[in-house]
Amino acid sequence: MTTPLLKIDDLSVKFSTPDGTVSAVNGLSFDLDAGETLAIVGESGSGKTQLAFATLGLLARNGRAEGSVRFEGREILNLPEEKLNAIRAEKISMIFQDPMTSLNPFMRVGDQMAEVLQLHKGLSKRRALDESAKMLDAVRIPDAKSRLRMYPHEFSGGMRQRIMIAMSLLCKPKLLIADEPTTALDVTVQAQIMALMADIQRDFGAAIILITHDLGIVAGACERTLVMYGGRVMETGSTDEVFENPTHPYTLGLLKAVPRLDVPQRDLQIIPGDPPDLTALPPGCPFTARCPLAHEPCPKIMPKLETVTGTHLRACHADMEDVT
Amino acid sequence: MLSYILKRLLIAIPVMLILIVGTFILMYTAPGSPFASERGVPPAVLANLERQYGLDQPFIVQIGSYIWNLVTQFDFGPSFIYRDQDVNDLIAQGFPVTLTYGFWSFVVAVLVGGTLGIVAAVRHNTWLDYLAVGISVGAQVLPNFVLAPILVLVFTLWLGWLPGGGWQGGQLEYIILPVIALSTSFMASIARIARASMLEVLTSNYIRTARAKGLPMRRVVMRHALKPALLPVISYLGPAFVGMITGSVVIDVYFSTGGIGQFFVASALNRDYGVMMGITVLLGALTIFFNLVVDLLYAWIDPKIRY
Repeated sequence: MTTPLLKIDDLSVKFSTPDGTVSAVNGLSFDLDAGETLAIVGESGSGKTQLAFATLGLLARNGRAEGSVRFEGREILNLPEEKLNAIRAEKISMIFQDPMTSLNPFMRVGDQMAEVLQLHKGLSKRRALDESAKMLDAVRIPDAKSRLRMYPHEFSGGMRQRIMIAMSLLCKPKLLIADEPTTALDVTVQAQIMALMADIQRDFGAAIILITHDLGIVAGACERTLVMYGGRVMETGSTDEVFENPTHPYTLGLLKAVPRLDVPQRDLQIIPGDPPDLTALPPGCPFTARCPLAHEPCPKIMPKLETVTGTHLRACHADMEDVT
Repeated sequence: MLSYILKRLLIAIPVMLILIVGTFILMYTAPGSPFASERGVPPAVLANLERQYGLDQPFIVQIGSYIWNLVTQFDFGPSFIYRDQDVNDLIAQGFPVTLTYGFWSFVVAVLVGGTLGIVAAVRHNTWLDYLAVGISVGAQVLPNFVLAPILVLVFTLWLGWLPGGGWQGGQLEYIILPVIALSTSFMASIARIARASMLEVLTSNYIRTARAKGLPMRRVVMRHALKPALLPVISYLGPAFVGMITGSVVIDVYFSTGGIGQFFVASALNRDYGVMMGITVLLGALTIFFNLVVDLLYAWIDPKIRY
């Protein structure tokens, strides 16, 4: 058996705040192979983004990560800053949620891109700019050479996200973490960006972790899906397995909440209740309070991730037949 | 850009006129006279003096001839107290002095204050941060009229390192104490502004992006955070520079440096109309000029601002 590209084991992320300790991620584990695409799905506050930040050591100052994150077999969680800097953008790069604020408004786009190559590849400024122009071409920004001299405010949101994607690909990283890359964009631009991500996956062979709350874009984009709630894995498996045969009440609730054109329906179904209070999570399943199938062991004991079939796993006490 | 500068300079003309007329009216309506303090001046002599300085003329003639002389000959008129000097002489004498220690105070305040603020922000909640905040709070609450005697006490009387006053054509040892006394509170303000704005910039999304690129923290601060963090500091610098020059009265009085600050306050007390007008016009022009410089600096730093 080969080592997975990324192996996350029992990862926890906690923040100390004036209101108490916020547990954003709780004992999360999963593997990702080279070139694989994984969607991490969950609603706001489910810990998806903090999971990504912890991996690259980008947590806010009051955040603390525990557990293990192995990249190419090497432990990278809580590495000192200098060692992490050698991995960031070079091996693992990240695309952020809000393209409007993720580029430095005071620097030319070309300078922001070129510095990545100057830093990691030791290229001269001129060559780094040439490479950057090629990469802008690759993300289909027309007239790339002259665009390098422009500032971020001269681009639209979709264009800026393309620039972010181009910037993240400069060093041809093994892993690309995209944190809700389309959330801030309108729907047609979303589709273009997702098509671009698919092309990148094909052309560069990078593994991609796509963090999203939008199930609609997952179906076409990722081989595997992991559903998170309250900082824990609820269900994971191939995207087909999870979408066609959801075995967790939360997954089922999420799928029912997606508006569909092909099935006549009067009202969208919602999951009643609010996201859990991360300062006071129950020892058992965090979804208990909102779960239609909650019963006696749920609030006390966190169910283990158990195999449904093959790679399809779920963490739930309820009978599988009842989840419909 | 050039047309913007020209436009700003054109706008400055009515602003200066309003400043001159306003100050003139205030002076005209204020009771007292430059000659009133001299006891026992016979009415005939007083009338003679007033006629000599044109004070017997109607208001409109007085202000008209003042503006006329200023515009056509750049003549600020006579001093009413220093009988053998006119205002141009007094400014020519005092302004270079004020400008010299004002400039160095400005440089010290910006360099020390800026560095303190940025280091404090980058090392947020460490002993360095607390030290920097402590220094700036201490410097802020210490007014220069308290600081000046302390400096003289320590460096002149106890240590005997530096002279306690005088100017001597601006030799280095005569500049040091006035510069420290004048720059300290401005340094503190700059440090606090720089720290607050750097802290805010460091939590912004594009700084996270810069860190995700693997840039070392020093490069993140210098290349990505410094410019945006300095914007609020720069908007403070225009008024601060003028404030240093007007605030120099304590320095002039305490260190006998002979700058324009002492003339300014004395002129208001003595009703020395000529000197008061002259320095007001000078400071008004400086304020307009430095605000223009600040706006141009803004455009240079922030690519979204274009004129």
